[in-house]
Amino acid sequence: MKNPLDSLWGTVISGLVLTVVLFFLAKTMMGG
Amino acid sequence: MGDFIVYGLGRWLHIMAGVMWIGLLYYFNFVQVDALKAAAADQPPTGAGITKHVAPRALFFFRWAAVVTVLAGLMILGGRVDDALFFKDRAYVPIGIGGWLGLIMLFNVWVLIWPNQKKILGIVPATDEEKAKARRVAFLASRTNVMLSMPMLFFMSFSATFHRSLIG
Repeated sequence: MKNPLDSLWGTVISGLVLTVVLFFLAKTMMGG
Repeated sequence: MGDFIVYGLGRWLHIMAGVMWIGLLYYFNFVQVDALKAAAADQPPTGAGITKHVAPRALFFFRWAAVVTVLAGLMILGGRVDDALFFKDRAYVPIGIGGWLGLIMLFNVWVLIWPNQKKILGIVPATDEEKAKARRVAFLASRTNVMLSMPMLFFMSFSATFHRSLIG
Protein backbone atom coordinates (compact mmCIF):
# COMPACT_ATOMS: atom_id res chain seq x y z
CA MET A 1 0.00 0.00 0.00
CA LYS A 2 1.27 3.45 -0.94
CA ASN A 3 2.11 5.84 1.89
CA PRO A 4 -0.44 8.70 1.74
CA LEU A 5 2.23 11.12 2.98
CA ASP A 6 4.12 10.67 -0.31
CA SER A 7 1.59 12.93 -2.02
CA LEU A 8 0.42 16.38 -0.95
CA TRP A 9 -3.22 15.47 -1.45
CA GLY A 10 -2.76 12.30 0.62
CA THR A 11 -1.18 14.40 3.38
CA VAL A 12 -3.98 16.99 3.36
CA ILE A 13 -6.71 14.32 3.35
CA SER A 14 -4.95 12.48 6.21
CA GLY A 15 -4.84 15.77 8.15
CA LEU A 16 -8.55 16.34 7.58
CA VAL A 17 -9.44 12.80 8.67
CA LEU A 18 -7.27 13.14 11.79
CA THR A 19 -8.94 16.47 12.60
CA VAL A 20 -12.41 14.88 12.43
CA VAL A 21 -11.31 11.91 14.58
CA LEU A 22 -9.73 14.16 17.23
CA PHE A 23 -12.73 16.50 17.17
CA PHE A 24 -15.08 13.65 18.17
CA LEU A 25 -12.52 12.35 20.68
CA ALA A 26 -12.35 15.81 22.31
CA LYS A 27 -16.13 16.08 22.35
CA THR A 28 -16.42 12.69 24.04
CA MET A 29 -13.69 13.51 26.57
CA MET A 30 -15.56 16.71 27.45
CA GLY A 31 -18.78 14.82 28.03
CA GLY A 32 -20.59 16.18 24.99
CA MET B 1 0.48 44.18 33.93
CA GLY B 2 1.39 40.51 34.46
CA ASP B 3 -1.73 39.40 32.59
CA PHE B 4 -0.93 41.79 29.75
CA ILE B 5 2.56 40.31 29.38
CA VAL B 6 1.43 36.68 29.60
CA TYR B 7 -1.86 36.79 27.68
CA GLY B 8 -1.32 39.85 25.47
CA LEU B 9 2.34 39.77 24.52
CA GLY B 10 2.61 36.00 25.09
CA ARG B 11 -0.24 35.19 22.72
CA TRP B 12 1.07 37.71 20.17
CA LEU B 13 4.52 36.09 20.27
CA HIS B 14 2.94 32.61 20.12
CA ILE B 15 1.00 33.48 16.98
CA MET B 16 3.85 35.35 15.23
CA ALA B 17 6.34 32.54 15.86
CA GLY B 18 3.66 29.97 14.94
CA VAL B 19 3.00 31.72 11.62
CA MET B 20 6.73 31.63 10.85
CA TRP B 21 7.05 27.95 11.87
CA ILE B 22 4.01 26.62 10.05
CA GLY B 23 4.50 29.04 7.14
CA LEU B 24 8.00 27.68 6.53
CA LEU B 25 6.73 24.10 7.03
CA TYR B 26 4.17 24.72 4.26
CA TYR B 27 6.85 26.40 2.12
CA PHE B 28 9.03 23.27 2.38
CA ASN B 29 6.19 20.89 1.60
CA PHE B 30 4.08 22.83 -0.89
CA VAL B 31 6.92 24.63 -2.72
CA GLN B 32 10.49 23.50 -2.09
CA VAL B 33 10.14 19.71 -2.39
CA ASP B 34 8.67 19.89 -5.90
CA ALA B 35 10.92 22.81 -6.86
CA LEU B 36 14.03 20.77 -5.99
CA LYS B 37 12.68 17.79 -7.96
CA ALA B 38 12.19 20.03 -11.01
CA ALA B 39 15.60 21.64 -10.51
CA ALA B 40 17.28 18.22 -10.30
CA ALA B 41 15.74 17.30 -13.67
CA ASP B 42 17.23 20.40 -15.37
CA GLN B 43 20.35 19.98 -17.53
CA PRO B 44 22.57 20.92 -15.83
CA PRO B 45 20.78 20.66 -12.43
CA THR B 46 19.79 24.08 -11.05
CA GLY B 47 18.89 23.33 -7.42
CA ALA B 48 22.25 24.29 -5.89
CA GLY B 49 21.14 27.84 -5.10
CA ILE B 50 18.15 26.57 -3.15
CA THR B 51 20.08 23.99 -1.15
CA LYS B 52 23.03 26.34 -0.55
CA HIS B 53 21.36 29.68 0.12
CA VAL B 54 17.63 29.22 0.76
CA ALA B 55 17.19 25.94 2.67
CA PRO B 56 19.74 26.62 5.47
CA ARG B 57 18.21 30.05 6.20
CA ALA B 58 14.67 28.70 6.05
CA LEU B 59 15.63 25.82 8.37
CA PHE B 60 17.22 28.22 10.87
CA PHE B 61 14.05 30.30 11.27
CA PHE B 62 11.89 27.15 11.04
CA ARG B 63 13.48 25.29 13.94
CA TRP B 64 13.88 28.29 16.25
CA ALA B 65 10.38 29.56 15.51
CA ALA B 66 9.17 26.11 16.62
CA VAL B 67 10.95 26.55 19.97
CA VAL B 68 9.59 30.09 20.50
CA THR B 69 6.07 28.97 19.58
CA VAL B 70 6.07 26.14 22.12
CA LEU B 71 7.71 28.20 24.89
CA ALA B 72 5.22 31.06 24.40
CA GLY B 73 2.37 28.52 24.40
CA LEU B 74 3.58 27.05 27.69
CA MET B 75 3.88 30.57 29.11
CA ILE B 76 0.25 31.32 28.18
CA LEU B 77 -0.93 28.10 29.84
CA GLY B 78 1.14 28.92 32.94
CA GLY B 79 -0.08 26.97 35.97
CA ARG B 80 -2.74 25.24 33.86
CA VAL B 81 -0.17 23.29 31.82
CA ASP B 82 -0.91 20.05 33.66
CA ASP B 83 -4.69 20.60 33.40
CA ALA B 84 -4.23 20.84 29.63
CA LEU B 85 -1.57 18.24 28.88
CA PHE B 86 -2.90 15.63 31.31
CA PHE B 87 -6.56 16.42 30.53
CA LYS B 88 -7.38 17.10 34.19
CA ASP B 89 -9.92 19.81 33.38
CA ARG B 90 -12.53 19.08 30.71
CA ALA B 91 -12.52 22.68 29.48
CA TYR B 92 -8.79 22.31 28.72
CA VAL B 93 -9.16 19.15 26.60
CA PRO B 94 -9.09 20.99 23.21
CA ILE B 95 -6.01 23.08 24.04
CA GLY B 96 -4.44 19.94 25.59
CA ILE B 97 -4.86 18.04 22.32
CA GLY B 98 -3.52 21.04 20.36
CA GLY B 99 -0.60 21.30 22.77
CA TRP B 100 0.31 17.62 22.43
CA LEU B 101 0.20 17.90 18.63
CA GLY B 102 2.52 20.93 18.86
CA LEU B 103 4.93 19.07 21.15
CA ILE B 104 5.04 16.07 18.80
CA MET B 105 5.73 18.46 15.91
CA LEU B 106 8.55 20.15 17.88
CA PHE B 107 10.04 16.69 18.53
CA ASN B 108 9.87 15.93 14.80
CA VAL B 109 11.61 19.22 13.97
CA TRP B 110 14.55 18.81 16.34
CA VAL B 111 14.97 15.01 16.46
CA LEU B 112 13.99 13.87 12.96
CA ILE B 113 14.02 16.80 10.51
CA TRP B 114 16.99 18.98 11.52
CA PRO B 115 19.62 16.24 12.18
CA ASN B 116 18.73 14.60 8.85
CA GLN B 117 18.67 17.92 6.97
CA LYS B 118 22.20 18.56 8.23
CA LYS B 119 23.29 15.38 6.43
CA ILE B 120 21.33 16.22 3.27
CA LEU B 121 22.72 19.77 3.04
CA GLY B 122 26.29 18.65 3.78
CA ILE B 123 26.51 20.51 7.10
CA VAL B 124 27.68 17.21 8.64
CA PRO B 125 29.51 14.55 6.60
CA ALA B 126 27.43 11.62 5.29
CA THR B 127 27.77 8.93 2.63
CA ASP B 128 25.38 8.86 -0.35
CA GLU B 129 23.52 5.97 1.29
CA GLU B 130 23.17 7.87 4.58
CA LYS B 131 21.99 10.94 2.66
CA ALA B 132 19.32 8.92 0.83
CA LYS B 133 18.05 7.51 4.13
CA ALA B 134 18.18 10.94 5.78
CA ARG B 135 16.19 12.42 2.87
CA ARG B 136 13.40 9.86 3.35
CA VAL B 137 13.22 10.27 7.15
CA ALA B 138 13.25 14.09 6.97
CA PHE B 139 10.64 14.05 4.20
CA LEU B 140 8.23 11.78 6.09
CA ALA B 141 8.70 13.69 9.36
CA SER B 142 8.01 16.94 7.55
CA ARG B 143 4.91 15.52 5.84
CA THR B 144 3.76 14.14 9.21
CA ASN B 145 4.02 17.66 10.61
CA VAL B 146 1.89 19.04 7.75
CA MET B 147 -0.73 16.40 8.58
CA LEU B 148 -0.54 17.15 12.35
CA SER B 149 -0.64 20.91 11.75
CA MET B 150 -4.22 20.67 10.50
CA PRO B 151 -5.83 19.37 13.74
CA MET B 152 -3.28 21.39 15.77
CA LEU B 153 -4.43 24.66 14.17
CA PHE B 154 -8.07 23.60 14.52
CA PHE B 155 -7.71 23.02 18.26
CA MET B 156 -5.56 26.12 18.79
CA SER B 157 -8.01 28.43 17.05
CA PHE B 158 -11.18 26.80 18.37
CA SER B 159 -10.15 25.89 21.93
CA ALA B 160 -11.45 29.09 23.56
CA THR B 161 -15.01 28.55 22.30
CA PHE B 162 -15.09 24.76 21.92
CA HIS B 163 -16.76 24.15 25.25
CA ARG B 164 -19.36 26.92 24.91
CA SER B 165 -20.30 26.18 21.31
CA LEU B 166 -20.45 22.38 21.47
CA ILE B 167 -20.97 21.30 25.05
CA GLY B 168 -23.00 24.24 26.36
